[in-house]
Amino acid sequence: METAVIGLTIFVLALFAGFEIITKVPPTLHTPLMSGANAISGITLVGALLAAGSERDLLMSALGFVAVVFATINVVGGFLVTHRMLAMFRPRPKRVP
Amino acid sequence: MNAAFINLGYLGVSALFVVGLKGLAHPRTAARGNVLGSLGMFLAVVLTLLDRRILGFQTIVVALLIGSVIGATLALKIQMTAMPQMVAVLNGLGGGASVLVAGAGLLENQDAAIATLSHFTAAAVASGVIGAVTFWGSLVAFAKLQALITESAVRFPGQYAINAGLAIAAGGLGLWLLLTPEPHAAYWLVVAVSSLLGLLLVLPVGGADMPVIIALLNSCSGLAAAATGFVLNNNVLIIAGSLVGASGFILTQIMCRAMNRSLLDVMVGFAPPAPKGRVDADLYAGRVKTGSPEEVAWLFDAARRVVIVPGYGMAVSQAQHSVAHLAELLRGRGIEVEFAIHPVAGRMPGHMNVLLAEANVPYELLKDLDESNPTFEQTDVALVIGANDVVNPLARTDPTSPLAGMPILDVDKARTVVVIKRSLSPGFAGIPNPLFAADKTIMLFGDGRAMVQAVLKVLREG
Repeated sequence: METAVIGLTIFVLALFAGFEIITKVPPTLHTPLMSGANAISGITLVGALLAAGSERDLLMSALGFVAVVFATINVVGGFLVTHRMLAMFRPRPKRVP
Repeated sequence: MNAAFINLGYLGVSALFVVGLKGLAHPRTAARGNVLGSLGMFLAVVLTLLDRRILGFQTIVVALLIGSVIGATLALKIQMTAMPQMVAVLNGLGGGASVLVAGAGLLENQDAAIATLSHFTAAAVASGVIGAVTFWGSLVAFAKLQALITESAVRFPGQYAINAGLAIAAGGLGLWLLLTPEPHAAYWLVVAVSSLLGLLLVLPVGGADMPVIIALLNSCSGLAAAATGFVLNNNVLIIAGSLVGASGFILTQIMCRAMNRSLLDVMVGFAPPAPKGRVDADLYAGRVKTGSPEEVAWLFDAARRVVIVPGYGMAVSQAQHSVAHLAELLRGRGIEVEFAIHPVAGRMPGHMNVLLAEANVPYELLKDLDESNPTFEQTDVALVIGANDVVNPLARTDPTSPLAGMPILDVDKARTVVVIKRSLSPGFAGIPNPLFAADKTIMLFGDGRAMVQAVLKVLREG
């Protein structure tokens, strides 16, 4: 029970931190924010790796394997596509008239 | 490696995520923020691989390779117009991964006496329900956005009763799972019921409400990861998951407010009823002026300030590049040009900004609702391309309208308004727009890209 309460404390504090960080994002950046945040939600990958590499039983490894594939697509795809979008928002050098 | 060191490392990862997200709040720091976030993720993976609980690396390497190749291919090949679909799929995969990891976590705890600790099981139920709803809901959203299934709201009798029944069933099964000594099999039952719920929840949502749903699913994918963090007793999952959950929730709120609707209305597929008594013909009859590209070009020639209002019609006709050329040409002639972008223009939050950025429109020209509204009175020409409800003045003037109170772009305050649209068909709210019949408005009926190009041609030749 102790660990659950600690976890809950962290969860609630992180929620508040998240609200504070994100409320000021301008609408121009909402799509990159969403895909970037989405890539971060792929942190489940950590759990997936533990499950895939545990070698405790076959079912667990299989679940872990699929989870690693899913989460990696989420992470790699999310960060890369965000990068692609943000590259377009970068200020360009002034045009030569 | 010592567990304490790994946890310290995870703390660093969490800090990188926070700093990275903070960076995404400003155009100047956004790219660096994204790099910091991905650095955090890389560090998390390396630290996890050092964990002594990991014994076999073959499966891991193969799975990481497969995922990376698919993810990178998707990210590099995707069209910017298809970004909403892409984000939907990624949200869904994140949720799906959480379901599987929580399931594996239950398997692991099965042998240990820990399974009797109910909060692990409760967290697994939360992860299973939220994750499965996210996964299947995202797939439906993807199918709708990709036009694989109808984009309009799908409704059938007894829908709400069925959804409520499924939600209760998921909750009840979850409770039962808490009490069973061997929760693993029951877990998959919860996942199955939640999957069905996810399908049925997104099916009744219409295409125009997609920005809300994409934002909501984004939030859910984060919450699923956080719930998985409770199952694994892993703080970095809890922190990262709740950051994403909060961000998605904020965007959901912004989108709902911009559409003048409650989240509940969107979720149950409730569309505002069309007002009775007033017919399109009454409003429009004999008052709509149809112009030609020549007339519009002439208007631009005489203008000192032009505001372009892009809507979903611009995205559909892939007109963003032509529009960017038009803006560049006008600016080259010393005309002040800005883009006024409504929060729900497009199919996901901020989608229109991405499309315009792709077409090399400098982001300083992209203005949001609050910035652009005070400037319309000093604007000579407002050019509306494929937008409808978001420029309907009834939202301001008619308190009985379903749009009443919805924040709109005050295009009608500009000296002249040019509207490019395929027809006079009403928008999502199903009500006519008096702007189209106003004295100062000229309609250019046709495809967005073709019309902008026609105007460009006249301007270049003149």
